Amino acid sequence: MGSKPSTAPYGLPLHVVEPKKVRLQIAFQSELDPAFAQRVKWRAHGEAFLNCIQCGTCSATCPVSPYMDYTPRKIVAMVREGFKNDVLQCLTIWLCASCYSCTVECPRQIRITDVMYALKREAISEGLYPKKLPTPVLATEFFKQVEKRGRNSEALLMMALYWKTNLVKVFRDMKLGMTLIRMGHLPLRPESVRAKGEIKALMDGVEKAEKELWS
Amino acid sequence: MRYLYYPGCSLRSTGKAYEESLLSLFRALDVPLEELDDWNCCGATAYMAVDEDKAMALAARNLSLAERQHGRSGQTQLVAPCSACFLVLTKTDRYLKGNPEVQKVVGRALADAGHSYAGTVTPRHPLDVLVNDIGVETIAKKVKSRLGHLRLACYYGCQIVRPFASFDDPRTPSTFEKLMEALGAETVDWPLRTRCCGASLMGTIHAVGMEMSYSILKEARRRGANCVVTTCPLCQLNLESFQQEMNKQFDDDLRMPVAYFTQILGLALGIPNDKLGFNKIIIPPPMTSGAPQGGEPARV
Repeated sequence: MGSKPSTAPYGLPLHVVEPKKVRLQIAFQSELDPAFAQRVKWRAHGEAFLNCIQCGTCSATCPVSPYMDYTPRKIVAMVREGFKNDVLQCLTIWLCASCYSCTVECPRQIRITDVMYALKREAISEGLYPKKLPTPVLATEFFKQVEKRGRNSEALLMMALYWKTNLVKVFRDMKLGMTLIRMGHLPLRPESVRAKGEIKALMDGVEKAEKELWS
Repeated sequence: MRYLYYPGCSLRSTGKAYEESLLSLFRALDVPLEELDDWNCCGATAYMAVDEDKAMALAARNLSLAERQHGRSGQTQLVAPCSACFLVLTKTDRYLKGNPEVQKVVGRALADAGHSYAGTVTPRHPLDVLVNDIGVETIAKKVKSRLGHLRLACYYGCQIVRPFASFDDPRTPSTFEKLMEALGAETVDWPLRTRCCGASLMGTIHAVGMEMSYSILKEARRRGANCVVTTCPLCQLNLESFQQEMNKQFDDDLRMPVAYFTQILGLALGIPNDKLGFNKIIIPPPMTSGAPQGGEPARV
């Protein structure tokens, strides 16, 4: 598409991550984690990915699949077999932009986007995501902001993202940032809800209820 | 029907033009749009990746607030203009009705925060409200200047038609085009109308986001559109703000205006430009038939 070849983060070629470069970490059946599939299933609300017929409709309809190391079809198969570390450390789950194309098209009615969300959560809680990859940082920063003020400030979010991932980019994007600020797109004073206590009670309530439900 | 307006975080920052034009438009149509009091973040798609139950609890508080403000008659429509807010609110509403685990966890959290949700609120997208409640004919009657000079590429984006096709077909939606054609504008037939713009990838894995947005703009231009119309603040930001960088990276001379559908509607209904937030978008659409493609740049 482009005239200049571009490279993805971590030096991977961008357009197609060459298949030969993607090596499974797991080589023997004994290394598989059979409980992994169950855990993901639980996290994705009992999602029926065990019904997958490996037709590949999800991969075909996914707009980001050309950039992925494993296509969505492969991810489903790998989760099912228990390739835990391979799945949680791959780029695919962070490339999913949650556009829900796969969920709509799947002939077995598997909500693949929800499976991807479940995998993102699993990767964050296991600390297995690629370090310095901005997407998990964005997700956790967003979470912190909302927990504090009940609302999210896009300006502060962008700053936190630059700070934690790539300071050099700040200078590259400075001009656009200034334009957006001048046009009133990025108010620097963060908004917050009045009933901050309610937000805290809500978050604590979820934690308590989860503990009760799963203990 | 009573409408409550849920702005969400985007409409207060990058989507300011969307908010201004939306409120002016509903005022011009005599449909009262009251803001949800003390609303909080919808839980957004980024939140879902950290803790889904918390994301749904946040969304549920908004639904509960809506019931508090307008009662539980079942008539309350929560208008969420941002696609992500609309999706998260809809998803939460459905999961709270159909998933016992979510019900238990979120219900408990709501109770701890002094809230409860009876399930009487319907989250709606303004496009749905305009086409299905107010009606294309009613709007067509109010058109003051027909927009014959516009060839619009209607860009639905992803999350308003997927996965919950609450008002249109998820594969070949048509409401947007119907609405725009009622204003006298031409619409182009293009296959990328529901393709993802890259969403937050633009900020995280930038190179991928750039290619996704660029392919959408290129296709719109190839089909002869002179303006892309969008329903989502993030799509607008992605498609518009990075055009200079795209031109550099892909060696192109792209100059495609990207406007909100509420701005285009306002234009046709004769609402003055300064009330439609046109000063807050970088490349304004051609306002009159004589204007050059892409209009004049704003204060960049």
